[in-house]
Amino acid sequence: MEEHFQHLYQALSQVDGYIYPNEIDLHWGLMIVLYPYITGLVAGAFILASLERVFNIKVLKPTYGLALLTALAFLFVATLPLVSHLQHPFRSYEIFMTPNPTSAMAIFGFVYLWYLMAVLLLEIWLDYRLDFVLWSKESKGFKKYFYKIITLGINDTDEKSAKLDDKLGYFITVVGIPSAFLLHGYVGFIFGSIKANPWWSTVLMPVIFLFSAMVSGIALVMVIYMVVCWIRKVRIDMPALDTIAKYLFYILIIDFTLESLDQIHRIYEAEEAFDIIEVLVSGKLNITIIYGQVLFGTIIPLIVIGLFQIYKPAEKTRKICYFFVGLMVLVGIFFMRWNVVIGGQLFSKSLSGFTSFTAVYTGAEGYLMAGVWLILPFGILAFLLWLMPPWKKVNARA
Amino acid sequence: MGTKKIKTNRRNFFQTSAALIGGSILYSILKPIDSISQSIEEETKDEIVNLPLWGMGIDLHKCVGCGKCAEACKLENNVPREPFYFRTWVEQYTVKKDGDVVIESPNGGIGGLKQSVPIEDIFKSFMVPKLCNHCSKAPCVQACPVGATYLSPDGVVLVDDTYCIGCSYCIQACPYGARFMNPVTHVADKCTFCYHRITKGLQPACVEVCPTDARIFGNLKDKKSDLVKFLQKNPTQVLKPHLNTKSKVFYNGLSSEVK
Repeated sequence: MEEHFQHLYQALSQVDGYIYPNEIDLHWGLMIVLYPYITGLVAGAFILASLERVFNIKVLKPTYGLALLTALAFLFVATLPLVSHLQHPFRSYEIFMTPNPTSAMAIFGFVYLWYLMAVLLLEIWLDYRLDFVLWSKESKGFKKYFYKIITLGINDTDEKSAKLDDKLGYFITVVGIPSAFLLHGYVGFIFGSIKANPWWSTVLMPVIFLFSAMVSGIALVMVIYMVVCWIRKVRIDMPALDTIAKYLFYILIIDFTLESLDQIHRIYEAEEAFDIIEVLVSGKLNITIIYGQVLFGTIIPLIVIGLFQIYKPAEKTRKICYFFVGLMVLVGIFFMRWNVVIGGQLFSKSLSGFTSFTAVYTGAEGYLMAGVWLILPFGILAFLLWLMPPWKKVNARA
Repeated sequence: MGTKKIKTNRRNFFQTSAALIGGSILYSILKPIDSISQSIEEETKDEIVNLPLWGMGIDLHKCVGCGKCAEACKLENNVPREPFYFRTWVEQYTVKKDGDVVIESPNGGIGGLKQSVPIEDIFKSFMVPKLCNHCSKAPCVQACPVGATYLSPDGVVLVDDTYCIGCSYCIQACPYGARFMNPVTHVADKCTFCYHRITKGLQPACVEVCPTDARIFGNLKDKKSDLVKFLQKNPTQVLKPHLNTKSKVFYNGLSSEVK
């Protein structure tokens, strides 16, 4: 506790203007930056997978399974930063036991569970069931038992049952799209519904969160697909990669338009809180917004992949560019979450001053822990890819 | 492989899954819709009608910024002494002749507020005690995911510290900065109007110690109470009225500089 107090005394000495005395401590730190970031990656990856399945964009087939498993790997981790940030993590189950129906946060638990259990797990299971049956016959050891159990006793391999799986899978994906929208739009609502905070309280917040989620998820799958191909030493399917980049371009335009609209609206209306927000954006958030989010994470990627829509350079150049654009977009969206979560707490609700944020390296809220939560999904994904590699599937879903 | 047997298997499996999933969807969808918006008044039962409705008036003309209220509150309610945790505090506003406004509240005003602006530069100066506004439409109550923060039948916003999960969402939702995360109990903490005192017929500690009677505590339903008389006599205002939180702390002499 003494260390925490020292940290706060230091923050107290850096207060600029007047803030309410209870506002020196930033209650939401790095963990709450990660939470919408990871959830967004899930929703985005899933929506990319559904493009192939529901909207019949066959060229994206090589990334379908990978996108689903990526969504699942990140979804497993999505709530962990949130729970670890709680002061009483062992009471977190109360959200399910006695949810407060008027709380935006309470309903998240149900949305999350619905998405995990009813959408993602079911869709993946239906997609893999036939393969599980076949793999269970030819594998040994742990894998054999895993496949056997995971078939849930449904071992038929005839064409009819494969068709039924496909039909049901299609239905689940159709349900899944609005669910993915709900999942991340909802995360936006958690912030957008806080009328006490003028930086968060905008009706556009859920929509902005949704589109930025799609942007980040698509960029993630794009990068992971390339890395997986490099590791497996197989050729990258360029039409698929070009198509992913094309969608990334379109959705990035929508995202950028929405965020610009939000800012223009703020600037034009210039309500009570505008003065302090202007100082916030040009001061404490200058680097993370102007350079991190807008220039590095949006404008440069837009120019690069925008250019590729008109002029396509050699495959090798495109690959390298896509890889770096993907990473830049991922960093840009991380900054976007940072700017929302941390930015919204840097200025006082008295609209008269600023506090400061200094992240620590160790502890549950530190950079190291954040690193763990960001690396963990990749570990889970690697395990899932080992256990159920999409490229070894025999089921060529018609 | 008997097709019939397999079909029954699958059908059973899907039926069970559908029932389970359907049940959870129904629960998760219907429950929140049940009361998605907050009800302003829920006092329909007879026993609630007879309860008091607690509120506070603050006469800014009387506050001298001695900070005794903030100090008494910390002592009475075991609030950590560090200057980051306050259930109530006093702000000093100084409007300078050039129009600039200086707001200060070192250590919440405990020990008395001192003027830092040279007297020749001052246009006007006044003190503003702050505390939880015990809103009837409290954003913190609306936001709490588990219902650990609630509005008591007698109009006081309280926290069940055996139930709070410590997510800080209520702190984010409070427009007045009236909440903090208690570093000892690790739950959200705030003014309770000294609930343990008022339910015994006593005054809240801050009211009790105020040397100038700047704080008037009472029952808003009791037409003879000092609070109701104060509200009748003076043109009062609440903080941030545009947020429509239905605050129950009323200020007399609130200047437009106060936020």
